[in-house]
Amino acid sequence: MADWTPEQPLVSVRDVHKSFGELEVLKGVSLDVMKGEVICIIGPSGSGKSTLIRCINALNDIQKGSILVEGQEVHDPDLDKLELRKKVGMVFQQYNLFPHKTALENIMMAPLKVLKEPKSEVEKRARSLLAKVRLDGKEDSYPGELSGGQQQRVAIARSLAMQPDVMLFDEVTAALDPETVKEVLVTIKDLAQDGMTCILVTHEMGFAREVADHIYFTDRGVIVEHGPPATFFDDAKDPRTKEFLSQIL
Amino acid sequence: MTRRAIPGIGAAASTDLAVLKPFDPAGRTVHDELLFSRFVARLDWRHAALFALVVLVYPTLAYAQSRYTYGEAFAALWKWIPFLVTQGFLFNILISFFAMAIGTAVGIILGLMQISPTSAIRLPAIFITQLFRNSPWLVLLFIVLLAFPFEIELFGLVIPLPAWMKAVFGLSLPIMANISEVVRGAIQSVPSGQWEAAESLAFSRRQTLFEIILPQCFKRMIPPWMNWYAILTMATPLCSLLGVDEIINLSRQAIEAEDNHPELLVPFFGFALLIFFAYCYPIARFTIALERRYAVKL
Repeated sequence: MADWTPEQPLVSVRDVHKSFGELEVLKGVSLDVMKGEVICIIGPSGSGKSTLIRCINALNDIQKGSILVEGQEVHDPDLDKLELRKKVGMVFQQYNLFPHKTALENIMMAPLKVLKEPKSEVEKRARSLLAKVRLDGKEDSYPGELSGGQQQRVAIARSLAMQPDVMLFDEVTAALDPETVKEVLVTIKDLAQDGMTCILVTHEMGFAREVADHIYFTDRGVIVEHGPPATFFDDAKDPRTKEFLSQIL
Repeated sequence: MTRRAIPGIGAAASTDLAVLKPFDPAGRTVHDELLFSRFVARLDWRHAALFALVVLVYPTLAYAQSRYTYGEAFAALWKWIPFLVTQGFLFNILISFFAMAIGTAVGIILGLMQISPTSAIRLPAIFITQLFRNSPWLVLLFIVLLAFPFEIELFGLVIPLPAWMKAVFGLSLPIMANISEVVRGAIQSVPSGQWEAAESLAFSRRQTLFEIILPQCFKRMIPPWMNWYAILTMATPLCSLLGVDEIINLSRQAIEAEDNHPELLVPFFGFALLIFFAYCYPIARFTIALERRYAVKL
């Protein structure tokens, strides 16, 4: 950790292999994310996108390769996973808010119980985060009383409350109604503009093009092609990328 | 011309194809952990009428030749009722309370052990749960009765272990195992996304369990827990076989005191049946009502 400097990649994935039993999902994936960068991982379903980002905060283990977050090996058996997860925030497709807690409590819980920060400070931060995701006034609503888009924004605020260095977004708009997708995307865009390092798995191509600094295209467990959005979308080289883009765009 | 029956309507449905059974929102076609409460809660006046018919009519047919009248039998019962209730039935309730308290306390711990990631904790807990859940209650009662001494000496202090206390231990074993399953099932019914979300927020496993998972499934455990309490209460007459003076034993003694007329059997044991029903019916209704309430909002 001491030898990591902000000039080096914040997240560095090297030749990662991951199998579920017989099924090999990742077959040697490498990518780098610099501080403040926004990268989007796109690709057909089953290509290993979600598995890849779940490996970055050790929700899944890997069989081979290395994942460094701020110079720390994620799959070191001696790693303090809690330390890693304080640095890496994650938002899920199904929001996964705690249904027995209000929006504000959802956001405050981890800083209070895990970081043991003083309540007044946490509450102040939680309220400003709710305002930031444009949900002021919903402090005392339970997740069941919020729409999908609102729940997802609370989930983003909950993750941000831990003040992570990098945020992982796992198809966060895939379960939403079309009309609420935009409000979540706007929230993520705000975050990106504030300089948060983001790794997104997404099917929103227009959004990826707009916010990403770099696009990675995965297919069958490998990164087929990657590049800045302009080159990637307009000038794809690989036939598989071309085929995928022609189906989507 | 013979009319061909339509399978499923005019004749029993038969097919060798896989059949999707009609959807049942209560999930009764699968496994119903509240089967007992649902059964009791559904009893109504028609069942009461049938019961009254059996109690009143059957003995007049069976014992028509006897000189001891059925009225006398009921008069004897009336005389004994205060004794049977205060000395007998209350003791059944007492046994059920203690057995439930012990069974619940140990069962919760056992249930939490069943979901431990450490196999040295998990596997014995699963084994104990399955062993006591699937053993006949009466066998467990006899084992406890015969295996436990009649008194234990602790630091020079002699504590007597009367039969009813052994009965409490014996009955708490199957309750413990079943509560263990209730706890395990409730915890595992919480979507795995909750664990992952908590994990990604750096909660430890213990924090996740106690702060996030258990508060969510606590409510879900109450209906099956009450269901097991009702089943346990109904099972307390088993203690009569250990010589515990609960309602069934006392009824038998009362019948003997009344000269063992066979006419006494139906009124006395019918009364025992009725008082158990009167106790368990509200519990069953409440259980089902709670289950419905919790099923709607999560």
